Amino acid sequence: MDLFTEGDPVADTKAPEGPVEKRWETRRFEAKLVNPANRRKMTVIVVGTGLAGGSAAATLAEQGYRVKSYCYQDSPRRAHSIAAQGGINAAKNYRNDGDSVHRLFYDTVKGGDFRSRESNVHRLAEVSVNIIDQCVAQGVPFAREYGGLLDTRSFGGAQVQRTFYARGQTGQQLLLGAYQALERQIGLGNVEMNARHEMLELIVVDGKARGIVVRDMVTGEITTEFADAVVLASGGYGNVFYLSTNAKGCNVTATWRAHRKGAYFANPCYTQIHPTCIPVSGDHQSKLTLMSESLRNDGRVWVPKAKGDDRAPRDIPEDERDYYLERIYPSFGNLVPRDIASRAAKNVCDEGRGVGPSKLGVYLDFADAIDRLGRQAIEAKYGNLFEMYERITGEDPYEVPMRIYPAVHYTMGGLWVDYDLQSTIPGLFVIGEANFSDHGANRLGASALMQGLADGYFVLPTTIANYLAAGPFEPVQASHPAVVEARRDVEDRIQRLLAVDGDRTVDSFHRELGQIMWEHCGMERSEAGLRKAIDEIRALREQFWQRVRVPGDGEGLNQSLEKAGRVADFFELAELMCIDALHREESCGGHFRAEHQTADGEAQRDDDRFAYVAAWEFTATGEPAVLHKEDLKFEYVHPTQRSYK
Amino acid sequence: MNLTLRIWRQSGPQDKGRMVTYKVDDVSPDMSFLEMLDVLNERLILAGEEPVAFDHDCREGICGMCGLMINGNAHGPQRGTTACQLHMRQFSDGDTIDIEPWRARAFPVIKDLVVDRDAFDRIIAAGGYVTAPTGSAPEAHSTPVAKANADAAFESAACIGCGACVAACPNGSGMLFTAAKVTQLSLLPQGQPERYTRVIGMVDAHDEAGFGGCTNAGECTVVCPKGIPLNTIGRLNRDYLAATRKGGSNTPGS
Repeated sequence: MDLFTEGDPVADTKAPEGPVEKRWETRRFEAKLVNPANRRKMTVIVVGTGLAGGSAAATLAEQGYRVKSYCYQDSPRRAHSIAAQGGINAAKNYRNDGDSVHRLFYDTVKGGDFRSRESNVHRLAEVSVNIIDQCVAQGVPFAREYGGLLDTRSFGGAQVQRTFYARGQTGQQLLLGAYQALERQIGLGNVEMNARHEMLELIVVDGKARGIVVRDMVTGEITTEFADAVVLASGGYGNVFYLSTNAKGCNVTATWRAHRKGAYFANPCYTQIHPTCIPVSGDHQSKLTLMSESLRNDGRVWVPKAKGDDRAPRDIPEDERDYYLERIYPSFGNLVPRDIASRAAKNVCDEGRGVGPSKLGVYLDFADAIDRLGRQAIEAKYGNLFEMYERITGEDPYEVPMRIYPAVHYTMGGLWVDYDLQSTIPGLFVIGEANFSDHGANRLGASALMQGLADGYFVLPTTIANYLAAGPFEPVQASHPAVVEARRDVEDRIQRLLAVDGDRTVDSFHRELGQIMWEHCGMERSEAGLRKAIDEIRALREQFWQRVRVPGDGEGLNQSLEKAGRVADFFELAELMCIDALHREESCGGHFRAEHQTADGEAQRDDDRFAYVAAWEFTATGEPAVLHKEDLKFEYVHPTQRSYK
Repeated sequence: MNLTLRIWRQSGPQDKGRMVTYKVDDVSPDMSFLEMLDVLNERLILAGEEPVAFDHDCREGICGMCGLMINGNAHGPQRGTTACQLHMRQFSDGDTIDIEPWRARAFPVIKDLVVDRDAFDRIIAAGGYVTAPTGSAPEAHSTPVAKANADAAFESAACIGCGACVAACPNGSGMLFTAAKVTQLSLLPQGQPERYTRVIGMVDAHDEAGFGGCTNAGECTVVCPKGIPLNTIGRLNRDYLAATRKGGSNTPGS
């Protein structure tokens, strides 16, 4: 059986023609408006309360819409945006170092390895400056200079200092800003907040997204919720790998359920593997912890020159060490982009030169920096990160080099959206990491926060009005067959999961799925490996439905049941990721195919065949998906081979 | 190492609850505390028993979702560390460890180690913000902020809302949490217009939620994983006093 079939191309019909720097202005003018009296008559559901969902819910409520907000955590303040460390990019040019909207646009398109849409990326760069203004007005305590003005720093993939930050907790501070704006609207009665609620199905009535089926995670009650439009801001799907830097609860269910109801899923294989994470310490490992990219400014990455060299790092003399990034990439050295640093670490470990108990690790050594700058200077810069490292590993990085290894961090793929951030289902909008939009095949550091807030504060509230201008829509009746069916599907699925009563835990399946994905759909992919992975995933999915054991019932708080539903969806997504990776016979950004590399081992794009977005349409579980291509046109930034040597 | 755990089990809000003893063997010192509980839960599931419910999410000490009383200490024995970042090398072979939920009137138990912390959200909704609707912001550099104030504001803003301060307080007071937000916003020029209505609104919401009063026991700051200092409560008190003198009209939440 074929793995997929090809359907008609898909196109973004919302981005206006004309010069790229005028398109957002044009769209804002052409998009229909909703007058304030009518906004009060319309309800918008927002799923997720991270940077995108939190800022969108707050802003829509400020505009006068009735908003219903949902999150699986116990409070909207806990969404995983909170864990972002490094910073947020904005083209303010406060440094007078040649930055501009156009340069941020250019860097982002190039950083994405020429697999993103120019119109979207330009809008992101334009809006970036408003985000900083907005956050400062909310009282976000960004780092400042002695003169009282905002400080900025450098980040990967750029030659200007455009990254605003709040120590190593930028995501936390930006999220709390959005959360506080949201709480204000909750206090005013404009937002109905539903924490500890999980969306388990999308309700589509007469071709339009009109609601969701949710489960109250405390009481187990299943309800149907209706609205004039639905916004998904449910984050990325990195946890398909089991081990990732994502929070434990991060999942694909909201977007996958929408995909099954007709929303196309775009570029699912584009995964970002972050090079500097703390290595796995044993089979008990439940998640991986990132060490900020900023450490590569002063740390030097190395492994022993000889295979199987088991000496302690300090006993290995200088001339028996291989500072491989400095050797292979002399001009960028330890500061090459994430995808390149990750693959290089994998290669030296594959050669048998990895370090640590598992041999899946490389050293990140601060000895030179401590000699040069003194321990105090290093402490001032990285003290909190060094402490975190010591808490987790029990080793003191001032004395012994850190051990690091790449880990899954972010997913560039997601539901396909047009310029208005609307999916292929009318009335279903997708924002933040949940959509595929702006990062192409590789996201630059400090751009995730920028995109989440751009979508939520500025883009969606404008574009959703164009859709809602035709509303309010006919009220949906709970007795409508589509509603009854959606609800029954959710209930049946829960009963099915509980009824198996097998002999394996949900986590044991999730772990095994993660191993398959990491092995064959991780840092390096090949045709043979991906075909093998697809067979293994299918076999394991069958086992899951025969052997999983979910204790308890559906009536109250049941964390095993929550996990089981999420893992069931990860199984289906995993297969699509492998199919997408298999069909893309080129290497680009975070997608590296072993068969497609240059003579010296760098990624080789194939712009003639693959300069498109792969948007997948669901047919049935295990049945071939349908591929719809959206051609990418580059009018302003011309594709070149990225080189960091 | 081999451990004996005594864990609070409570099937729901109406259940009285009790401590139940479990043995966990072959614990690696490299496991986090929550990974050790994962191991226990895997065994319980396979043995046909119900796993222990506990809250957690990011497992890197920033989301504030985890919260366990470990041997009577909120988040356990290591200073400046959330339960999810606590590792088993802090314990010894043969130890008996008591694990309980946060206990406070304002944080009712939902199940086992999971408690309801909605009261914290209600305190924020009663004034823990700057009113700045999207799109209305002036250029970021139009208002400089002295670095010392920005740094001190950040220190208070680092609160993760976990509730350890409440669990540790003999009065079950949420004053450190409330004061952290009041302090952050009162140190910044953007927070000035609502400075006095904010503090009254938030303190009222705090009291209505059933938290106890602050008597300067200081337990809160000791267990705070982010080291929020006790003097933030002093700042809150000063603002509160000034606000009540002013009459605090137009107060949100009151």
